[in-house]
This record gives sequence, C-alpha cells and structure tokens, in this order.
Amino acid sequence: MTATAEPLTGAETLALGRESALWRTTLSRLLRQRSALVGLVLLVFFAFVAVFAPLISGYDPERPLIGIETDVRAVAPPCIHLLGCPADRSEHLMGIDSNVRDVFSRVVWGTRISLTVGFVTVGFAIVIGALIGAVAGYFGGYIDNVLMRLMDILLVFPALILAILIVTVLGRGLTNAMLAIGLVAIPVYARIMRASVLSVKEQDYVTASRALGASAYGILFKRVIPNALTPIVVAGTLGIGGAVLDIAALSFIGLGAQVPTPEWGSMIGLERNRVFAAPHLLFFPGIALTLTVLAFNLVGDGLRDALDPRLSR
Amino acid sequence: MVRFVVRRLLISIPVLFAIVFLVFAVARILPGDPCVATLGERATPAQCQQFIRRFGLDKPIPDQFAIYLQDISRGNLGTSIQTRQSVTELIVERLPTTIELSFLALVFAIAVGIPLGIVSAYRRNSVADVGSMVFANIGFSVPVFVLGYGLAFIFAVLLRGTPLALPPSGRLSSGVEVLPLVEVWNLETLTGPARSLLDFISGMYIPTSLITFQWEGLIDSFRHLILPAVALGTIPLAIIARITRSSLLDVMGLDYIRTARAKGLRERLVLIRHGLRNAILPVVTIIGLQVGLLLGGAILTETVFNLAGVGKTVFDAIEARDYAVIQGFTLIIALGFLLVNLIVDVLYAYVDPRVKLA
Repeated sequence: MTATAEPLTGAETLALGRESALWRTTLSRLLRQRSALVGLVLLVFFAFVAVFAPLISGYDPERPLIGIETDVRAVAPPCIHLLGCPADRSEHLMGIDSNVRDVFSRVVWGTRISLTVGFVTVGFAIVIGALIGAVAGYFGGYIDNVLMRLMDILLVFPALILAILIVTVLGRGLTNAMLAIGLVAIPVYARIMRASVLSVKEQDYVTASRALGASAYGILFKRVIPNALTPIVVAGTLGIGGAVLDIAALSFIGLGAQVPTPEWGSMIGLERNRVFAAPHLLFFPGIALTLTVLAFNLVGDGLRDALDPRLSR
Repeated sequence: MVRFVVRRLLISIPVLFAIVFLVFAVARILPGDPCVATLGERATPAQCQQFIRRFGLDKPIPDQFAIYLQDISRGNLGTSIQTRQSVTELIVERLPTTIELSFLALVFAIAVGIPLGIVSAYRRNSVADVGSMVFANIGFSVPVFVLGYGLAFIFAVLLRGTPLALPPSGRLSSGVEVLPLVEVWNLETLTGPARSLLDFISGMYIPTSLITFQWEGLIDSFRHLILPAVALGTIPLAIIARITRSSLLDVMGLDYIRTARAKGLRERLVLIRHGLRNAILPVVTIIGLQVGLLLGGAILTETVFNLAGVGKTVFDAIEARDYAVIQGFTLIIALGFLLVNLIVDVLYAYVDPRVKLA
C-alpha cells in the first residue's frame, strides 16, 4: 500500500529505522490475513484496470456508437462470441446502454473515476481533519473548545443529508460532490487525530524537545503529528470505501457526476427505469461498485488488525 | 438519572440553535432565483416582485432569520412555493412513510444482526462464523441502491407468479386502501393538533391498519415495505453483527465468565446473563449511530422504490429550490437525529450506571 510510506516523511533517521520496521511487520501481518489478501488482490486488479483503461475498453466511454458501428441498437443485451453471439456481430461484453454506448468501456473507465475520487476525497478530509484535530489537541483550551464544538455541529447532521445540502449550495458536479463528502468526513478525522495527539504530547520525547527550546509549531509538526498518524491512516483506509459509496450515491440522485461521465453511480441512476427491461445496464456497474468498496473495506480492516494486534481475531 | 437527563438536554440547546442557524443559512445562499424556479422562465419582473414580497424574501437576512425563529417557535415552518401547501402539513404527510421504513429497516438489522454476531462469536472460526462475516463484509459494501434494484429484480421479475413475489414500488397496491383513523373512528369534525396527530399516525399504514383491524391493508402495506426495509437495513445489519461479535468475544475472555462457568452455571445462562448483558453496550451505541445512516439511505431507498417519504420530498424540493421545504425537512431530520442520540445516551446511562458519574 502506498499509505505505508506516509508517516516516514517527517521523521528523523533514528525514528525512521523504527518506523519502517513497524510498517514492514504490519505489511507481513496484513498479508497473512485471508480477507485482507482478497481485498489487496481486488484493489491491484482495479488499479490495473484503471491505469490501462484506454487499452482495455475498446470503445470511447462517452461517445454513442451511432455511425461508428453498423447494426447497433440501444439497450442491446451483452453479445459475447464465446457464449453464442453470432460471429458477424461485434462483441459487447456488457451490452449497449440507452444512449448506444458500450457498457463495458464505461464500466472500465468508471474504475478510474471511482478510485481517484476515493483517494482524493479522503486525502482532502484527512489533511484538513488532521490539522484541525492536531491543533485542537496540542494547544487545548479555548482553541480546542471552539474547533471541536464546530466539528460537533457538523456531526449532528446525517452525513449524506449534509452532503446533499452542500452540493445544492455549490452546484451539481463531481468536484463539488467530492468536496461535500470530504467536508462531511472532516470531523471524524479531526476527532481521531485529536485523541491521538493528546496521548502523544504527553510522551517524554515531546517534553524533551520542549526542554531543548523547540518552538510549539516545530514540536507539533516534527514530533507530535508524525507519531500520531497511525490511527488516522487506518481510519482513512477504511474511509475510502465509504467515500466511493457516498459519491456514487450523490451521482445516483443526479448531484454528482453528470452525463456523459462514465461514473458507476450515475450510470445506475440514468438507467434506473430500465431495471426490469434491461437489468444488465444496472447490474454491471453495481457489481463493480460493490467490489471496489469491498476491496477498500477488507484492506482497511486488515490494516487495523495488523497495526493493533489486540483487535485481530 | 433525572439530573443526567436534564444536563444532557441542556447540552442539546446550543446544538439545536446551531442547527437552526445552519439550515437557515444554507437555504439562503442556495444559487438560483426561487421566483423564476416557481413561476417559470417567463415570469415578468412585476410578478416576481409581488412574489418576493409575499414570501418575505425582500427583507434583510437578519430580519428574515428573526421572522424564521419566531415562526418555528409557533410551529409554522412556512409554505411550499411549489405546492402552496404548508410545510408542517407536508411533514405530517411525508414523514410517517420514512419513519415506518427506517423503523422496519432498523428492526430487521437488529433482529438479524445481533443473533448473527452472537453465533459468530460463540462458534468462532467455524463455518457459520466465516460465512456470517463474509456476508457482513459484503453487506457492508453493497450500496443501498444497487441492493434495492437487485432485490426488486429478483422478487418482482424472477419470482413473478410465485408466492415469494413482492411488489417493487409504491406503498399500497392499486385498489387497496388504508382508511385514516379519523374516518374509522368518525372524528372527521376534529381540528387542531389532535387532528394533525391522528393524521400523522394514519400516515403510518402498518400501525393504523393494525389497530383498526384493516387486515388487507396491513398485509399489503407490509409487503410493500419488505424489500425497501431489507435494502435499507443491510448495511446497519452488517455493522451490528460485526460489533456484536467483537464485543462478545472481548467479554467472553474475561475472568468473571470463567468464574460463572466454574461455579457450574449452564452455558446458555453464562452467555446471556454474563456475556451478552456486558457485551451489549457498544452495540447500543452503534445502533444509535445507525439512525443517521438510515435517514441518508432513506433518500436513496425512497427513490429506488418510489415511496413518497421525506427523502424524496427533500430531493424534489432541491430541484425546485423550494426554500421552505428544504429548511423544514432538514430541520426535522436533524432534530430527529438529535432526539435519537439523546434517547441512546439515556438508554446507555440506564444500561451502564458508570456513565452517569462521568
């Protein structure tokens, strides 16, 4: 996982040796869990599909096939040569959607969107949330009070409802949907970071830095934050699946990705009235979405268990 | 106990105020012109002016907020610009469906999730355990709308004509109706809050048909909610099952369980009286947290299954920039969420007396 490299950045040589050993044991523990391994394999597969989408897809995901191919019909079922589709017709593994586009190509390109969206959204929420939580936890007092009460207010709203309100204000679109889901997730990470910082700042090495005359910000960014990152990395990995899910949900109700973007949630939303006549139009993006979320959740669970052996069972 | 509840209520007041302000602010900065959205692109400036004056949209924002606060304290949440219906009326009409749906989904999640977690923990690493946890992992990852359409397809298309077939949309079959309470009890002259309350309860078809013995309506309305409730309840189910399992595993390894076994207590009693009683705390917290998830999921479920509930109303209101409806419904949702959290906290203090001392 790329996440393993993160906490190393701020640490110094001595700490570096200790940290990388921790992450190496974590990785080996992670690989020993069957479910996490399944998740990792799925993730690698989807990452592969996302990277090589242009080579795999075969058709433009956004352009109708009219004029490109003869004898295409909207909402046609999958045509697979191996399964008896006549050889003189071109192959469409997942059929044709109601705008005469190749569903397989759209699902393949959708991988790129969903993976990007998941990482970027959670990354945004973690950076802002961690900063707020770290400042609140480290400085305490009224700063802590003000920041955390603000976070509490955000938490009073059910996440998806607040996200819908935010997108309504900002306007529809994938970027705004990502921003909304990211904003809604901030309090969760802020709380985790605050708790983590509260325990780290009592450590002897922090007191030692203070005694040596290091500045408050120097201590916060060089000593406290790097050592308080573990819980938030775990929460972040677990959060990616949820973020992918929520953004797909926003796209499904028309607030996220807009046509003709090949996003799985919006693909399902657009074809939802054809669920009985042409279920394949909903089925394939639905499966892809579920498997992606599952992969992130399995890896997140595995990472948590690997980092905190008390929890693993 | 009373002091704890009072203190908890007092803490809720500033949060309540913040919610009201946030909801008000968000609805004010919505882009787009409500006049054009309501009267159409061809509305003349004169018509718009009259419209804006009528709904108080021309006053300064602080004044609008003051008017708003005054109004909601009197239970007046404004009028829908779309339907000209009062928002309170609209809530009375739409909220019951969402409550019924969420409640049924939660019952499903608890009734299946907790036993699944118990079996999983008790027969740790058995086929049943691995199977339930694989199921929980998948259930936790499948989007509400994907599961919803999947269920609709299976039960309405593949199983059509079999006794297992279930309706995939709407609240009642055509031709079936559930008479409202005022009609059954001949109270149609009744007005005021009592009438609203009765109408509100009548909106929940299952309890209404149950207490007025409308069996056909009861069965039909229940059948219509099975698929939506299962779709909506599956993610909470997975979460509850996992928490129950890990919490019970923690508790079953403790000394007092060994003591209970050592003194010869029957295994079932050890599990229920000593194990479950102590393991249920985190489960209660988690169940409380699911309510927010259910309300968000209700929007999706209501869209999938064509149910005229709160979620669908909010969505339509956003489309039409119907300020009053967006404000009113978001407020109700946030208040409901706050109330449920309050109940969960009190319940928690009741189950675990240590909480009160903190």
